[in-house]
Amino acid sequence: MKLLWLQAAGCGGCTQSLLGAENRAGVLAQLADAGVELLFHPALSEASGEESLALLRAAADGSLPFDILCVEGALLRGPNGSGRFQLLAGSGRPLIDWLRELAARARYVLAIGSCSAFGGIISAGENLTDACGLQFDGDQEGGVLGGDFRALAGLPVINVAGCPAHPGWIVDTLLSLGLGALGASDLDAWQRPHFYSEQLVHHGCPRNEYYEFKASAQKLSDLGCLMENMGCKGTQANADCNLRPWNGVGSCLRGGFACISCTEPGFEEPGHPFMETPKVAGIPTGLPTDMPKAWFVALAALSKSATPRRVRENSRADHPLIRPGIRKSGPK
Amino acid sequence: MTRRLSIGPFNRVEGDLEVTLSIADGRVESAQVCSSLYRGFEQLLLGKHPLDALVIVPRICGICSVSQSAAAAAALADASGVAMPANGRLASQLILACENLADHLTHFYLFFMPDFARAAYRGRAWHAHAERRFKAETGEALREVLPARADWLRLMGYLAGKWPHSLALQPGGTTRAVSATERVRLLTVLREFRAFLSATLFGDTLENVTAISSVEQLAAWARGRPGDFPRFLEIADDLGLERIGRASDCFLSYGAYGQPAGSDQGQGGAGSLPLFARGVWHDGALRRLEEPLISEDVTHAWLLGEQPLHPRQGETRPLLGEFAERPDAYTWCKAPRYAGDVVETGALARQMVAGQPLLRALVAASGGSVLARVVARVFELALVVPAMERWAHALTPDEAFCSQWQLPDHADAVGLVEAARGALGHWLRIERGKISRYQIIAPTTWNFSPRDAVGVPGALEQALVGLPVEEGESAPLVVQHVVRSFDPCMVCTVH
Repeated sequence: MKLLWLQAAGCGGCTQSLLGAENRAGVLAQLADAGVELLFHPALSEASGEESLALLRAAADGSLPFDILCVEGALLRGPNGSGRFQLLAGSGRPLIDWLRELAARARYVLAIGSCSAFGGIISAGENLTDACGLQFDGDQEGGVLGGDFRALAGLPVINVAGCPAHPGWIVDTLLSLGLGALGASDLDAWQRPHFYSEQLVHHGCPRNEYYEFKASAQKLSDLGCLMENMGCKGTQANADCNLRPWNGVGSCLRGGFACISCTEPGFEEPGHPFMETPKVAGIPTGLPTDMPKAWFVALAALSKSATPRRVRENSRADHPLIRPGIRKSGPK
Repeated sequence: MTRRLSIGPFNRVEGDLEVTLSIADGRVESAQVCSSLYRGFEQLLLGKHPLDALVIVPRICGICSVSQSAAAAAALADASGVAMPANGRLASQLILACENLADHLTHFYLFFMPDFARAAYRGRAWHAHAERRFKAETGEALREVLPARADWLRLMGYLAGKWPHSLALQPGGTTRAVSATERVRLLTVLREFRAFLSATLFGDTLENVTAISSVEQLAAWARGRPGDFPRFLEIADDLGLERIGRASDCFLSYGAYGQPAGSDQGQGGAGSLPLFARGVWHDGALRRLEEPLISEDVTHAWLLGEQPLHPRQGETRPLLGEFAERPDAYTWCKAPRYAGDVVETGALARQMVAGQPLLRALVAASGGSVLARVVARVFELALVVPAMERWAHALTPDEAFCSQWQLPDHADAVGLVEAARGALGHWLRIERGKISRYQIIAPTTWNFSPRDAVGVPGALEQALVGLPVEEGESAPLVVQHVVRSFDPCMVCTVH
């Protein structure tokens, strides 16, 4: 499988994330050994200038066949539809023009990260640059390739969404494609691979006991659940961040801060300050999606009233103040 | 006969870069550096809740993500007057230093060294080794470096949740208190990275490396020594990398890393001396940094504006269709100046201002150069890891990592930090509880600045002048060495 990687209007963070993949020979060797050949990557390839342009031209006109096109970063249509906010250096042409030509030649097209999937962070505010994703404009089908786009192998754009994408999501997607083990039914409604989006960030969250008792953090660095006050969307966000650690041992929740649901279109404009939970009459507006609200409220009231002192006090501290009890006679 | 040569896309730098050269009599007569991507972060911050900056600004750049967080957190701390507890300060520094050193390592092995593996250098005594070890994407060194880098980034896993794009850095400290055993594990990560640097990069202990203080000592030390840095020095000597890439020799550093109380490196407390001092190196002497002397000019950028402005008054208004009316403009990058002067920033500037003896000696001998910039970066790996070990030891589990603060409804604030690539400043105004102005000057904005109103070229534009270019060369390697010696981050540059 020959892979061509383009960096559109992003931060390069998904590439940096990918390079941090945990593999005993490093991710580049891991991909190469699995038969993924990197034809072109702006941050990694030897070629520069004319050598690069020649390669991209050949890929675009079909004389250099390739299999996978990975795109990182949002696609800029502005100003005034010209695409001039990002010209491919050395070519004088908008990157979105190159992108359309290359996508038409690819067997698979992958959006790496939420920018190329949906528009991402720079489509926040007034979206001055008219940023969008490959096949979505926020949560609307469209983007630069259009809702009807199918790559040559028949799949729509595969959205490896996340800000950044976890290295494991990228590697698993690429290697699954190599095995022919990723089809249309393996993608969710936002065209993200089910293998990571069928989990909730809530699954495996180390704060689950605090969640159970609604023992909530009151301030940053508290150990308690971040849902009630600190803006956490982990109970609604589709990703396996707390089952598949980041950088070996971490995750947003493990790091002490809220999940902002960065795998989701529109995460960049939540309509409230990111680190505050919006509430109506004291009840968070963002509740688990598959639970009746009245039940949630009833259970929360019940569990709050049943909160052990240990859980309540620890939830308001940055390290455990009270340890769990030890059964003197051993577990029965 | 003058000919023009445009080089782009310029790979193995972070982001979008195009360099245009005017060549006469086989030499670069003048250069124009173009940042060809505009994203508008400064505008999209307007009207947001001030703390939302901590979500938005890391996403300016995936490779300097923590630096952007640190600058925003520093500006918000300046606005609110909060001081971090000792643990918060140490953890913040560990996180920032972890990113800065990871970036230095990435630059050396992934961005810079692969050029010496190119076929054009076949026939040089060192080429076969360089090709085997440093070839882009496939060189054998990558099989050691990428796992070592991933292990190193476990520091981020422990202290910042993840990298890039963490919310752990806050004005009052960090969100993640470290337990006593986690501190033990942090020290293990540091020890493993130290061992990797000693065995693979240096072929010597970090302390022996940082004891080198003269050009002659460096040459003697490198001779015949196994290790990737000694091999680089051999290549640099053969190619004369000390003779190329000189810019204005004026260096700016905001100063980096406070020292823990009671350490032998500082006097203790918030006002203690940083590990690397703040200042400006100008005309061969060290001066105090006067922040009001910073300004940005937009006469050669695709931006609207008249006079050079201090970033506190700065604005960012992109051209939307009037490009033809600005024929002199050639980039989205503004032109920052310090007291009107072109300055260079980065590891070399940091070490010049800090008074590191070897870097001062290298610059005294040949000026700022490709060699000096690479040595400065690699030296920082050896200088900062021992400091990080001291910070990790100084962490006090069970004491606070984060202070509480109240943001004011109105404030004018600034956050100045040192990213891997140099001086990074965030200037923030809060009005009625919302961000009403946000201006950023990133390290590569300084280094890859265009001309200013009086036509003075930026640091890289100066550094390229005089380089030899042969007929038929489409991307001369000397030009590539000089450009990459700055370790540019283009996504930060324009933001």
